[in-house]
Amino acid sequence: MSSSLAERATARERSMTLRDYAIRYGFIVLLVGLIAYFAIAADGFASPQSAVFIFQSVAITGVLALGVTATLVVGGFDLSIGSVATSAMMAASYAMVVLEQNAIVAVIACLVIGVIVGLINGWLIVYMRVPDLLATLGMMFLLLGLQRIPTEGRSIATGMTMPDGSVANGKFSEAFLALGRHRIDFFIPNLIPVSVVVLVVLALLIWFFLEYTRFGRMMYAVGSNERAAELAGAPVKAYKIWAYVISGVFASIGGILLAARLGRGDIASGNNLLLDAVAAALIGYAVLGAAKPNAFGTAVGAVFVGVLLQGLTMMNAPYYTQDFVKGAVLVVALVFTFALSGRGKR
Amino acid sequence: MGADAVFHVEGLRKSFGQNEVLGGISLDLFAGEVTVLMGANGAGKSTLVKIVSGVYERGAGTMRLAGQAFDPQSPAEAIRAGVVTVHQNINDGVVADLDVATNLTLDRLSGKGASLLFKPANVRAEARAVADRMGLALDLKARVSDLSLADRQMVAIARAMAHQPKVLILDEPTSSLSSVEADRLFSLIDRLRGQGVAILYISHRMSDIRRLADRIVSMRDGVVSGVFDKKPLDYEGAVNAMLGRKIHLDRVVARSSARAVFTAEGLQLAHGAKPISMTLGAGEVVAITGLVGVGKTALAETLFGVRRPLAGTMHMDGKPYAPSSAREAIAAGVFLVAKDRAASGIVGGFNIERNISLPFLKRMSGLGVMKKRAERVAARRQIDELGIVCRSEKDELSALSGGNQQKVMVARWMSQASRLFILDEPFQGVDISARRDIAAKLRASADGRATLIFVTEIDEALETADRILVMSEHTIVGEHRNADIDLDRLLAQVAGGPLHSAA
Repeated sequence: MSSSLAERATARERSMTLRDYAIRYGFIVLLVGLIAYFAIAADGFASPQSAVFIFQSVAITGVLALGVTATLVVGGFDLSIGSVATSAMMAASYAMVVLEQNAIVAVIACLVIGVIVGLINGWLIVYMRVPDLLATLGMMFLLLGLQRIPTEGRSIATGMTMPDGSVANGKFSEAFLALGRHRIDFFIPNLIPVSVVVLVVLALLIWFFLEYTRFGRMMYAVGSNERAAELAGAPVKAYKIWAYVISGVFASIGGILLAARLGRGDIASGNNLLLDAVAAALIGYAVLGAAKPNAFGTAVGAVFVGVLLQGLTMMNAPYYTQDFVKGAVLVVALVFTFALSGRGKR
Repeated sequence: MGADAVFHVEGLRKSFGQNEVLGGISLDLFAGEVTVLMGANGAGKSTLVKIVSGVYERGAGTMRLAGQAFDPQSPAEAIRAGVVTVHQNINDGVVADLDVATNLTLDRLSGKGASLLFKPANVRAEARAVADRMGLALDLKARVSDLSLADRQMVAIARAMAHQPKVLILDEPTSSLSSVEADRLFSLIDRLRGQGVAILYISHRMSDIRRLADRIVSMRDGVVSGVFDKKPLDYEGAVNAMLGRKIHLDRVVARSSARAVFTAEGLQLAHGAKPISMTLGAGEVVAITGLVGVGKTALAETLFGVRRPLAGTMHMDGKPYAPSSAREAIAAGVFLVAKDRAASGIVGGFNIERNISLPFLKRMSGLGVMKKRAERVAARRQIDELGIVCRSEKDELSALSGGNQQKVMVARWMSQASRLFILDEPFQGVDISARRDIAAKLRASADGRATLIFVTEIDEALETADRILVMSEHTIVGEHRNADIDLDRLLAQVAGGPLHSAA
């Protein structure tokens, strides 16, 4: 019986139609085609440096996107990731510049912020029964305001004047800045930035977690049918809260990378983080015809956006077309996911 | 039978991918007659209904309604043409967030001639008229989400009736109704039959079929395998045509058990209800039967830790057992196949394999990492054991018929050994052959554990159990060994309490 099952399975593989292939590999083919096109059309696109630049440009949004993927898996959503990241950036700057602490304290402060925000989000959604979009939207506004209170709305940099008239003399430690600026030798000297390494490591971690561990599996079950998961013995509330904690921590890591890259607590930075990260995660639905949130798809989605923007920039497309292009890609990806794969429809 | 058919279907075909579900169906429905459609699991009944009601496009064949070509492109078109379907899934027929009155008049809110403004008074008056025609005694202002399943079903049917259809299709309408409510439905069907409506009635309940059928059409493997219209109707022939084999009418040989696995003392489920005490033995299959709403699901959920009893204690193998969650119950070896698989069992995004392994991920993983091979082996074994019809263990559950989906749910909880195995309405929306497969499997594997099934249908209890307990008013009112059973007494107990006068 089991051998005949296997035969039937292979028979099914053979019977995949062109449409199935289009749904499955369409986005990957599109990505490869795009890279090939830019490699020919744009001078210098096909170089290791260019590839690294693409990864670097998507490292922070990519990390945020991987976090929000966890909340999408349990059937939720996290709109607060962008402001968690900027709050973490401001906290790191405040810790080092005003409080004159070292890199480790700054990093720990950021991670603690991520955990606390995740716990509060989870508590609001699970125990206070606030719908996820609204709870995290509220948290987003709250954090946008909160991060400006300690400095009365000013950006944080060495030598700034504090509200009480004193001058902040602390500075970003070298070790902290290295997180954003150091490059690791990889065949070519000084090639790969630390932020890209962080992205790749986190992507592998969350991918393995979601696909290969029982916790990841149960998170998908919670997202698909909460009651069934509960009757199968899953602590559904805990899983949901954990998803928001993962999202909060990833967002705070994104904030650390942002602070390390900028070297100051810039009140005006990070405006696009939320939308770019959500776009990457949603584009990820279309990768390999998954039609569900998944870590690999999210990573590919982030790279896809990066390639597109880098290529357009190198071909001298004006900067203000970028958001339009990102939006268009997102819409096409969503059509791939919901219309072509025919979920819920025969 | 001299009259021409109101509704005529000829050579209807439908395939999903390479899988032919309907292989040339021909069917006639006559005005003022109830045609019962019987068919086993995956015979294609649901597909046929969905084509007729405009949900699916047909592959080939013709349909004629009152002499006109009938080719609905959408459910709305089918309804406008006069073919109205009440689907098996009750929640498809109602909008849970609106009140009863709006639900009853929902179809008048759109389409030609609909008023631009929503006038609550008018809606309520119209709804009142519809409800009165149906004999529906419900608060019209109640939100549908607050109603019981049975009341929602009545609303869905009442809403369909509001269209004054030429052809009415009822897909297992009584599967969640109590006998009193079913009687109300039957008298309504009688009235519609008198008015000349052609009715296609799909059911597995022999009592319904005997009560209503003018003709019986049996389906098997996507074709019509028998049409029975000579009075008196040949019910056994129809069942045979549907199953394609002589069904064994022999009853179970009742076993008795000496060793207690589970005991409950003074378990109180609801305020004012008499406490329940019972003992379940190793190797026996016990059925608890009773009408809809007498607390069967409440008892099942109490045993499974999802609901807390008001009073009383439970013991498993002599040790105190007071689960506060499904997790604790599962750890103690108490498994539940919950009622209503779509809402509380099936994980839609998962394939068969992952649905089966769901509660046992811990046992199938090391250091948190899933052992995919163990998972696959377990799934294939269960597919074999229960005879689940599928292409492979990687199939999505949406590709399976209702009976096979239910088999997957049972397979999930049979993939590991349990001490107390509870099944709440395991045969709901399951055809006779799948029901027999599941029941046979339950009995064959019953050694070493206690098995408890909750069923509304007495037939299902008689076919499956060694011992039958009767529930009424949130307590147990009778006990029968399934041998030389006094059916009259059992029925009296089922109908007992304040329902006695109504039944």
